Amino acid sequence: MLRQLWEIFIAFFKIGAFTFGGGYAMLPLIEKEVTDRGWVKKEDIVDVFAISQSVPGVIAVNSSVFIGYRIGGLPTAIAAVLGVVLPSFIVILGIATILVTVKDNLYVQKAFVGIRAGVTVMIALAAYKLGKSVLINKFAYILAIGALIFVLFFDIHPIVVIIVGAILGPVYYLFFAKSKVKNQGGKS
Amino acid sequence: MIYWELFSTFFKLGLFGFGGGYAIVPLMEFEISAHGWLDMADFANIVSVSQMTPGPIAINAATYIGYHAAPFGFLGALCATFGVVLPSFILIIAIANIFNKFNQHPVFQSILKGIRPVTIGLIASAVWFFATISIITLKISTAAISRWSTFWWYSFFEKIHISPGALLIAIIIFVLIQKAKIHPILAVVMSAVFGILLI
Repeated sequence: MLRQLWEIFIAFFKIGAFTFGGGYAMLPLIEKEVTDRGWVKKEDIVDVFAISQSVPGVIAVNSSVFIGYRIGGLPTAIAAVLGVVLPSFIVILGIATILVTVKDNLYVQKAFVGIRAGVTVMIALAAYKLGKSVLINKFAYILAIGALIFVLFFDIHPIVVIIVGAILGPVYYLFFAKSKVKNQGGKS
Repeated sequence: MIYWELFSTFFKLGLFGFGGGYAIVPLMEFEISAHGWLDMADFANIVSVSQMTPGPIAINAATYIGYHAAPFGFLGALCATFGVVLPSFILIIAIANIFNKFNQHPVFQSILKGIRPVTIGLIASAVWFFATISIITLKISTAAISRWSTFWWYSFFEKIHISPGALLIAIIIFVLIQKAKIHPILAVVMSAVFGILLI
């Protein structure tokens, strides 16, 4: 048990240490560390992200708690959160004052533009990978594209599109899909 | 007492500041000025430094503000960070239990089937967000700096500038991940190195 706690702590420490720019940048790292070790199956990782996004709280922490809890309950959840939060904590307390002076350094800025460019690609690839298993019909595509458009162009808060999705899901799958099957039933 | 204030304020922020990334910044701004914990210049600093430090901005800010607002800095940082993390803990564990219990229920499954594609769309919006702070820059008026949304209609008509260096890095990283299957952590490190070399 202790061995596992330590493994989880270290894995999430690595994830926390290399996430720059916010919670979404964590997704490719979580995917790699967590699914490769079999802690969460590939099919389930989307649900983990989906629920972590839908619940109030910092998405990075939400995902860590969720995954940690799934693996072994409260102790592993705590190990995961400690791991993911500790790098920030240490860096901020340790070198924040240095960082304030260093942040305007040209090379530092260049490095971080580079990181953001790389993270753009990493998240795009993660979205593509997850999308392949999730966008299985027209309805799913419409929801995904709709969410993207409403959040980007109309500045709708993500929670609104999540709630809309949570409502439309049952509406579609429990009403429309069922009546489709009914209509086709007569043919066979 | 300052420690309780830090804990409870950041608990509130952790609870209401969601929607990813920078949605929490205006809320933090409000609380910080209300409590007088930081002046706005310092706050702007921590927000931009937070982009360079590991971890989500909420955690970074909680630690930083807690440290500077309290007489015993370390304890203040602890209270604030613990506060911002606790709502996630409570809510996710509650949801995880519901998840386990109702996972097979058709209504629950259909809700998930609705939320999953929305999540993909939201992740895609994060791609755009990161792209606009590295590869593509849209000229945004300075008045809008305090707002943290990623796109406005009118900025579409402003000058759009593509950074060739950043674009090159994106392409290199894409190839490295797809063909050489490099680890994401290595990808981050290499992005930084290429940033210094190519930007």
